[in-house]
Amino acid sequence: MSDATITAPDEHEPIDDGLDHLGLEHQTSTGLSNTKLAMWMFLGSECLLFGGLISTYMLYRNRSGTGVGPDQLWDIPFTSASSFVLLMSSLTMVLAVSAAKRKDDQRTRVWLTVTALLGGLFVAGQVYEFTVFYREGLGYTTSLFSSSFYTLTGFHGVHVSVGIIMLMSLVGMLLTGRIKGDKSETIEMVGLYWHFVDIVWVIIFTLVYLIPA
Amino acid sequence: MAIIERPPESSPSAESGAPAVVASESYGFLRRPVETKGWKAWAFTVDHKKIGIMYGAVAMMFFFVGGLEAVLIRLQLAQADGLILSADKYNQMFTMHATTMVFLFVMPMAAAFANYMIPLQIGARDVAFPRLNALSLWLFIFGGIFINSSWILGGGADGGWFMYAPNSSVPFSPSNGVDFWVLGLLLTGIASLVSAINLITTVLNMRAPGMSLMRMPIFTWMGLVTQFLLLFAMPVITVALFLLMFQRNYNATFFSVEEGADPLLWQHLFWIFGHPEVYIIVLPAFGIVSEVLPVFSKKPLFGYPFVVFSGAAIGFVGFGVWAHHMFAAGLGPISVAVFSVATMAIAIPTGVKIINWTLTMWGGKLRYTTAMLFAIGLIVEFTIGGLSGVTHAVAPSDTQQTDTYYIVAHFHYVIFGGGVLGLFAGIYYWWPKMFGKILNETWGRWNFWVMIVGMNLAFGPMHIIGLQGQPRRMYIWTENRAGEGFFNLGFWNYVSTIGALVLGIGALLFLCNVWVSRKNPPAPTDPWDARSLEWLTESPPKEHNFDRIPDVNALDEFFHRKYEDVGEGDEHDYKRVATGEEVVANEAAHADAHIHMPSPSYWPIVLAFALPVIAYGVIYSSLLIAAGAAIAIMAMFGWALEPPTADESDFDPPPPDDEPSKELAVSV
Repeated sequence: MSDATITAPDEHEPIDDGLDHLGLEHQTSTGLSNTKLAMWMFLGSECLLFGGLISTYMLYRNRSGTGVGPDQLWDIPFTSASSFVLLMSSLTMVLAVSAAKRKDDQRTRVWLTVTALLGGLFVAGQVYEFTVFYREGLGYTTSLFSSSFYTLTGFHGVHVSVGIIMLMSLVGMLLTGRIKGDKSETIEMVGLYWHFVDIVWVIIFTLVYLIPA
Repeated sequence: MAIIERPPESSPSAESGAPAVVASESYGFLRRPVETKGWKAWAFTVDHKKIGIMYGAVAMMFFFVGGLEAVLIRLQLAQADGLILSADKYNQMFTMHATTMVFLFVMPMAAAFANYMIPLQIGARDVAFPRLNALSLWLFIFGGIFINSSWILGGGADGGWFMYAPNSSVPFSPSNGVDFWVLGLLLTGIASLVSAINLITTVLNMRAPGMSLMRMPIFTWMGLVTQFLLLFAMPVITVALFLLMFQRNYNATFFSVEEGADPLLWQHLFWIFGHPEVYIIVLPAFGIVSEVLPVFSKKPLFGYPFVVFSGAAIGFVGFGVWAHHMFAAGLGPISVAVFSVATMAIAIPTGVKIINWTLTMWGGKLRYTTAMLFAIGLIVEFTIGGLSGVTHAVAPSDTQQTDTYYIVAHFHYVIFGGGVLGLFAGIYYWWPKMFGKILNETWGRWNFWVMIVGMNLAFGPMHIIGLQGQPRRMYIWTENRAGEGFFNLGFWNYVSTIGALVLGIGALLFLCNVWVSRKNPPAPTDPWDARSLEWLTESPPKEHNFDRIPDVNALDEFFHRKYEDVGEGDEHDYKRVATGEEVVANEAAHADAHIHMPSPSYWPIVLAFALPVIAYGVIYSSLLIAAGAAIAIMAMFGWALEPPTADESDFDPPPPDDEPSKELAVSV
């Protein structure tokens, strides 16, 4: 057969970067690693999940029937403080990723732990807030407003909690040396998720709490 | 599985002749599965080809379940005041028929081809995340079983496949059927979402050298658009399903009209998913047909870039037309006008595709194989469905047609004529690729013609009975309102029922064909004189797909390796310079040494098993929720702690000349 139809072989050796045996670091068609591309896809999908929940809330925010409405409930200073805590956790997350890039395992662990603690503080604030609202008469089934409020903020709270579990798992895996492949990229992935959850909170805080019903 | 490949000496018996593989540990005490034979090789596999075959087999099973439901519906309506089904059973039957066909047959069948073919078509050794791929498969299977388990646990869902709330709230649908439906679709929804992320990453990131986006085979392109549709449509239905679940199981108020709820909320959320879903169903079939027609016309696809971009355009516009399902809901004149125009606009890219297919065949040397017949069948039948679709786009006319059998006629021509015929074209076209045998062509022709006659007899008359005013979803019709003469409802209902039975026989002929063909001689490597990269390897392909990752220099790479352009100037004249066998043998002769494949894993199936346990818990007991969650958490940690490719110690020692290894880029 004609050689013209067959191209010269083997012009595409993988880059030998010492991580080859793990099958993790390879040239990809876009140059972006598979994990990172997939994480962005996932976050894109999550935008529509929260989009649907936020739309539901915006539709029902004024429909509190005979029950208590947002105006009687919101404690803006308190929620602002917990929002600030969550935003600061994004800063510590950045510091964790930066430490991981410098291969400074100890600082990475410290900042990851601080991030998880700040996230935990935010969730604790949310639990406290829910308790107060419940005592003031806002049950999950009270009104359209209450159902959609608890569902939206609850979904966000679950996302933060999952993030905390991932952060703590990272700390544990760093301590035991169980993270295979590129550590800083693994941590960056959790970081992407964490920042996304924070950004969603900024939108929720603005739309739910700050804009008067 | 550590595949050890040291060609040329040991390649044929790589798996059996290799030194024993020592499994590495997972969780410290569990050993990774290493079986290459028996059920364990299937249950714990992460190989995209095995996963694709399992997707296809289970989807085909659900095709017959859904078909049986359809036949019962038609038998009930064959005569006035039918007695076969009660009103309640009839409601369950049409709901489950649609749910099964859409979510458990057409989507997974398309996923079967996407899983099997996309890595092969882009020259990759597997998908980007093999374990996530296995998770998608098992979530779909367990989700499908979960939904259908409602039949023995108090009856199926009965709200119609779009399950309008508040009609699907507890007062109107007190059985657990809707709960099973909601939770089951959440499960299969996760499967679709995970698989979308996985396949998009695969297509964008794992193309062979030289495989630019505009050199990708058209099925891969349509698959990519479909996965993007899934990526952005699934979360919206997820929200709707969660709201309905909270409404039914935890007394939330989202759809309680007495509290002031807006009944349009569900409709919007559902159709923002539901309309892209239509394209999720047909685009893979369009991709298959765009592969089949050029091969059996001996011509390249006419206007490849137009087919690509019209597919992408369908994807974009598909998100902007959902409210045409709601013209009768009272949206107001401006919304109706906007969505009406947008809906007419989407006919344009669809028309572009039909023109391109027709012109691909124009002047070609047509070979009427079964696959080709199904592809031509799609063009004809889908065009009929598309034309009746345009009549719905005209809002005043749609207001007359809403909830009549005319709608049923339309979407069956679209989904069966557009989706299912295309999938069958794919089955006949790729069967030799997947199983190394060609399906019997004589039986195939019978299969095709009986199905085509059956579908037109079954769905054609529905246009008439619909325009005569017979509503869909009514469990009986009465003689004294049946009309007279040509438009007599009784006659056309009877014809439609006969058609459904014929269609059922046509589908069974496919199973007969599989049985008849089981002992066919091995198919040649390139049985159809094909054009795209999946044929640049043996049939069925080895576990690592390609002996050497191919270099891609052209669209229709495989064709250009077999044919040389001997034309002068602008004239093209292709002369065969090699057979498919020779091209494939040449690849084998230059095989990569030392290929590492991702290893099987227990965790995908364990995690997928945990979620239906949680779902049963939502319906029956919070103890089950806790148990399922515990299994899920264990599986996730097992998954995270287990490297995707087995440890270095699992592999053979480095080859003597210490060549650099060529591994699959995988992670997670």
